[in-house]
This record gives sequence, structure tokens and C-alpha cells, in this order.
Amino acid sequence: MDQLTYARSQMGMSLAFHMVFAALGVAMPLFMVISDFRYMKTRDPDYLELSRRMAKGTTILFAVGAVSGTVLSFELGLLWPAFMGTFGDVIGLPFALEGFAFFTEAIFLGIYLYGRGKIPEKLHFLSGIAVALSGLLSAFFVTCVNACMNDPSGFRMVDGRPVDIDPLAAMFSRPWAHETLHALLACYQATAFALAAVHAAVLLKHPRSPLFRKALRLSLAVACVTALVQPLAGDFASREIATHQPEKLAAAEALYKTQKHAPLLLGGIPDDATGEVRYGIEIPSGLSLLAFHDPAAEVKGLDAFPPENRPPVLATHLSFQVMVGAGSTMALLAVVTLYAWWRKRTLLASRKYLWAVVVCGPLGMIALEAGWLVTEFGRQPWIVRGAMRTRDAVTPFAHLAAPFWTFTLVYVFLGVAVVYLLFRQLRHAPVRVGAPLTVGPVSLRSPDSMAAESSEDGDIGGAVKGTEDRDGVGAGEANGAGKDRGTHAH
Amino acid sequence: MRTELLLGGVMVVALVLYVLFGGADFGGGVWDLLASGPRKKEQRALIEKALGPIWEANHVWLILVVVLLFGGFPPAFAALTTALHVPMTLFLLGVVFRGSAFTFRAYDSRGDRVQKRWGLVFSLASLVAPILLGIIVGTIASGRLRVEAGIVTSGFWKPWLSAFPLVVGLFALVLFAFLAATYLANEATDPALKDDFRARALFAGIAVGVLAAVSFALSFRSAPVIASGLTDHPMTWPLHVTTAAAATTAFHALLRRHFRLARIAAAAQAALIVVGWTASQYPFLVVPDISITSAAGNERTRALLLVALALGSLLLFPSLYVLYRVFKSSGAPDPAPGAEGEPPPRSTSHE
Repeated sequence: MDQLTYARSQMGMSLAFHMVFAALGVAMPLFMVISDFRYMKTRDPDYLELSRRMAKGTTILFAVGAVSGTVLSFELGLLWPAFMGTFGDVIGLPFALEGFAFFTEAIFLGIYLYGRGKIPEKLHFLSGIAVALSGLLSAFFVTCVNACMNDPSGFRMVDGRPVDIDPLAAMFSRPWAHETLHALLACYQATAFALAAVHAAVLLKHPRSPLFRKALRLSLAVACVTALVQPLAGDFASREIATHQPEKLAAAEALYKTQKHAPLLLGGIPDDATGEVRYGIEIPSGLSLLAFHDPAAEVKGLDAFPPENRPPVLATHLSFQVMVGAGSTMALLAVVTLYAWWRKRTLLASRKYLWAVVVCGPLGMIALEAGWLVTEFGRQPWIVRGAMRTRDAVTPFAHLAAPFWTFTLVYVFLGVAVVYLLFRQLRHAPVRVGAPLTVGPVSLRSPDSMAAESSEDGDIGGAVKGTEDRDGVGAGEANGAGKDRGTHAH
Repeated sequence: MRTELLLGGVMVVALVLYVLFGGADFGGGVWDLLASGPRKKEQRALIEKALGPIWEANHVWLILVVVLLFGGFPPAFAALTTALHVPMTLFLLGVVFRGSAFTFRAYDSRGDRVQKRWGLVFSLASLVAPILLGIIVGTIASGRLRVEAGIVTSGFWKPWLSAFPLVVGLFALVLFAFLAATYLANEATDPALKDDFRARALFAGIAVGVLAAVSFALSFRSAPVIASGLTDHPMTWPLHVTTAAAATTAFHALLRRHFRLARIAAAAQAALIVVGWTASQYPFLVVPDISITSAAGNERTRALLLVALALGSLLLFPSLYVLYRVFKSSGAPDPAPGAEGEPPPRSTSHE
């Protein structure tokens, strides 16, 4: 590999790694505060337990996100010094704001984690909200930087240098609206699907656990909403790109020739040499319809751009296909879930359904990563579109293989370690509240713990009438207090 | 006042805060590695408790410095990240291992072999990272890093692989260790534990003095701009006097077991050392080719950054204060659900 490839690979790998933790760090606090809110409303200890567990998971994810983010702030310069030296003051403002938002998130996360039981409940809840909000803001700001790289405004290039810089205009470069909307939704969606999968996996093992049934319902609610809204946000993004970054859409769709009634391509392997796509399925006029809401509209193909300005078609197209495929699968699961909920069917009792949720678990993260790859591959060969080429930005440091392999090994190691720790944590934590807190997988219920579960539990699935996995100490209290909403009033 | 000077001033403040909080965190890791004697376990427990939930916040100060550097002075950032690729990468590896190992260890509250191994990674990384940070600072100050028309001409190895940066690296290490030991002596409740850290603070304090003298002596040959800044600028003499006064106060207070005073004096000493370094290399960001004026980027960006900083600190400082209050006011964090065995509260069960 040459220097440029090493630098791009290292940057890509660092971002891909960081993004998982950043997305979880942005979205987990939302689930934390929703659980807190439910607890404050219902006083159901399951929600308190859920919030505590998620807070604990957030700690580790946030820490890894913090260190990998620190690495990135340096890598911008270590790998792309000419980019930062030239455009540092163009994109510095959103980066600084992101730093502030991150700072706020770290501070309030500390208050939230260590303040439980020490500061008033309302204040504690508010600090949770502050964590969730600042997480959202930091993702917003950093996506604004990306928007400026994709379709920059706020400066003019004169002799290879930006002049008349307006940092606010640069921050709100044209793609900011669709990119931030799409990216933020993706954070919540990816996290919701991952959480739902974890909760469903526990339910497969301990089908009666009321704690995890509540947890699954909570994550599924967010998963369904985001999975159905996301295609709309994607449609908005693709229409924006069709007009303002047409070469990106052409590469994503492997559209070599400019044409009216452009077809929508499903799958397929594009071949730059012949300008043909093999093994793909074409839906006539589909692309024109999606991009311009008009089947006759002309869509620009790659032939409209000089070869030196064309993005890599295969990489962009494949990433796009992966994103769309994963997104469609998740939307399908959401439709099934909502349909069952509407028909008052009880999905949580179905092992098939739980398995489907487990299988869909990684799709959110996959779609998030793939979507980011679309926007990055689709911007090439530019680092700042139309202003600086990626190859002109790379560091002159000649031994880039060394840091690339080092960071690759480190990140693989860290990824394995985090998964191992989270898994260990899940295995050793009890699946119920109120029992003597034994360590290790919990034996299932004893017969005398049978307690009828209220029927309103049946929103997305109280099919398993009957038992609560809550025996031993305090079962009597739990039967009164631990029910879903409303039942504790007697 | 000119915005580039204001922004530079803010960066110095952020650097000072990074040393006082993040630096002490590194020092805590060093004492974790060097924990010894009959209270080995208690020492480690105190360190872990002291770092607790705030280490991420403590290290954002560095990110702030980096972001302000490239937002305010882009060519300086480009030159530094190019020329110091190797030490910066090594420093980052230290940061990554340190932060994640600390969290993994705290998270994995089982006390088994896995957890001990994370502890070792954490403390070793805490030892290495400050040395590299000091090497980076020493190289910037030495004047051996040369830049012509935006191109680094001094190579990737020679400027930082020399005696002066290395001594500054060790100086940073012992300074951070000194800060941490002083804070920990103040924080401990058990008198024996207090004395453990008092002894460590005194030992590290002497090392700080020795290494300060060695780097000063070396600077005449290896960092002439710094040397003349330290000796010739009229503004630096009062700094030296106050630094010396703070150091003496810290030492004296430690000897007499006035731990609160010792902590304040040690923090003042460390802050003055950072200010002294930056003042002596003023007006250079990278000695001797990049000055604060020549590297200054777009004026409007700087102005907006300053506005953001002003508004941001209205939010940050009060919330930081709350964090430290909440955290320092009481001991253990929210117990790990399920792991430690405290039953969760069950509040409204008896209506």
C-alpha cells in the first residue's frame, strides 16, 4: 500500500471504531433517562435497575469513545497536516463547539453516575437530560464539519488558500441539515437495535424476566420509530445529493451514463473499465423517481464529470447497497412489530421473533458505518470537495505502515476487550430485581412465585400470562409494586 | 487586545488546567504502579477513588488545547503534527491504554487476575504518557524543530531524540507525580495513608527541584530561546520568584502536615511552571520559526472561538464545580448493580 492508502486506512479505521462508541455514547443516555422517567412515574424498581445497568454500560462505552476521540483530534493533523493547516480556521468553530458539548457530557455523566441517591431525584434526572442533550449536540457539531468537507461554503479559494472565511457559513454548509438529521437518527437507531438484540437474547434464555421484557419494549419502541423515520430522512438526503453532489449519487447508484428515466439499481458489481454493471437488478425510472420525485427527470451519470473527479464507484456503490439493505431490513422488522402491536399480538413470547430481533441487532451499526462510508467514498478524490484533494493533504511522514498496523491491533484488541467485559457483566448480573443478588446465571422461577401478570402488559407481548421471574426476598412487595404502570395503585 | 493573544492566553489557561487535573491523573497512575508497603491495597483504592468519574473531564482540557490550536493557529498545528508524528502517536497510545484500562478495571469489579492486569496496563501507560508529553513540550521549546515556508525541514526523529526533550519529559513525569501525591495526601483520611503519600510527595518534590535545575542548565546549550526567555525577560523574574515561593511553601507545608495548604501551593507551583515556560518562549508557538502572529489564522474564527469560549465557560465552570462537589462530598459511587450485593431501593411498595 502507498502512503495515501495507509493514511486513509488509518483514518477510516479510527473513525469506524470511534463511531460505534460515539453513537452509543450519544444514544444510551436517552434510554437511561427514559427509564428514569418511567421509574419516577411508576416507581417500578425494574426501571430503576434498567437505568442503573445502562448507566454502567454507558461508562465503559463513553470512556472508550473519549480516548478514541482524543486520538482522532490528533490524527487530523498527524495524517492530514496540509488539510488542517489550510482549513483549520474554516472548520475550527464546530470542532470547538463539539469539544464543549463533549466536555459538558463528560461532566454531567459524572454527576449522573455519582450523584444517584446523593442529589435530589429531579436534579439527578435533569443531569441525565443534560448528558443526553450534550451528546446529541456533539454529534450535531461534528457532522457539521463533515458537511463542510462535502459541499463547502463560507470561503473562496485563492491560490490554494481559503480567503474571506466566514466560519458560521462554513459550519452550516449546505449539507448540514440532511447530514445531521440522518446521522443523529442513525445513532439512536443503531443503539436501539443493538440494545433490543441484547435484551431479546436474555429473554431467549430467561423468557419470564419482567425486567428484560420492559427493557426490550423500551428499546423496540425507539427502534421502530427511528427505523421508519430514517427512510424519510434518507430520501431527503438523496434528493439533496442528487442536486448538489450529483457525482456522489452517480457513484452510489453506479450510474455511468447521464439519462432521463434513470433506473434504480439493486445490487450489482460495477465495472469502471466497461462502464457496465453486472448482476444487478434495475427498476425502471426508479432513480429519477427517488431523486427528483419525477420518473422522467434527468439524473447525472459519472460521464458528466471528468475522470479525475469521479469517486470510486465500486466502494461507494457497495457501501450504499449495504446501508439501504440493512435499513430496509430494520424497517421491515419495525413494520412487523408495529402491526403485531396494533393487532394486540404478543410477539415477546415468540422465540422466532426474539431471534429476529437478535439477528437484526448489528444492522443499525452496520448501516451507520456503511452510510458514513458512502459519504466519504463519494467525496473522493477530494478531502474538501472542490478545494483540496485528499492526496495533497497527506503527511510527508514516510513510515505510515507502522502507526496503521499498531492502531489496527490496538483497536481490535480494545474492541474484543469491550465485548468481553460487557458480556461478562451481562452474564454475571441477575435477570431480576428483588431476589438475593446471586452472581451467575439465575435459576428460573420457583412455583410459588407465580403471580398473574396484568393483561395491560400485552402491548408488545404479554403473551406469557402468569409468571414473574421475581421470587425469593421481597416477592410479596414486588407483586404489588413491581408491575407495569398502574397496577401498584391498589 | 488582539484576539490571537487572547486566544493564546486561553490556551495557556487550558494547559494549566490540564496539568493540574489531567497531569495529577497521570501521577495517580504512577503511584498506582509504585504502590508498596503494608498499605499497598489502600493506596491503590484511594487513587482509584480519587480519579473516579472525573478523569474523562480532566482530559478534555487537552482536546480543547488541540482544537484551539488548529482553529486559531492552523499552520502551527500542521507543523507540530508533522514533525512530532512519532512522539505524538506514542503519547496517544499511552492515552488510549491508560483511559480504557482504568475504566475496564473499575468496571470489572471482581478483583480477579483480569482486573489486576488492567491495573498494570493503566499504571504503565500513566508512566509513559507524561514523559512523551514532556518530550513534545521540550522539542517545541528547544528550537531544533525547523519549519520553512510551511514545510518541516528538521526531519521526524532528530529534534525530539535528544537530551533536553528527554529531561523535560522526566521533569513532566515527576511534576505530575508530585501533584498527585500532594493531592492524595490531602484526600486520604487514614493518617498512616496520609503519611505514605506525604513521603512520596516530598520525594517527588525533591526530584522536581533537581530536574528543574537540570533542564534549566541544559537549556543554555539546547534551548537558547527558552534560556534567554527565562533569564532576560523582565517579566519572567517575578514568575521565578513566585514559583520558588510556591515550591518552598508546598515543601514546608508537607513537612508540617498542612495538607490543604500543601495542595494549593503545589498546584500554584505547577501552574507557574507552565506559565513560566509559555512566557519564556513568547512570542513563539514553535521556536524559532512560528510565532503567534505568523501562525494566526482567520480573525473572525478567532473572535467566534472566543465568544464560544466565554459562553461555554458560563456553563462549564458551574457544572464542573457541581461535579467536584458531588464527587468529593462522599465516597463510593453508585454500587455496581448486582455485582456488590446491595439491594436496590424499593421505594413505594408499602402504600
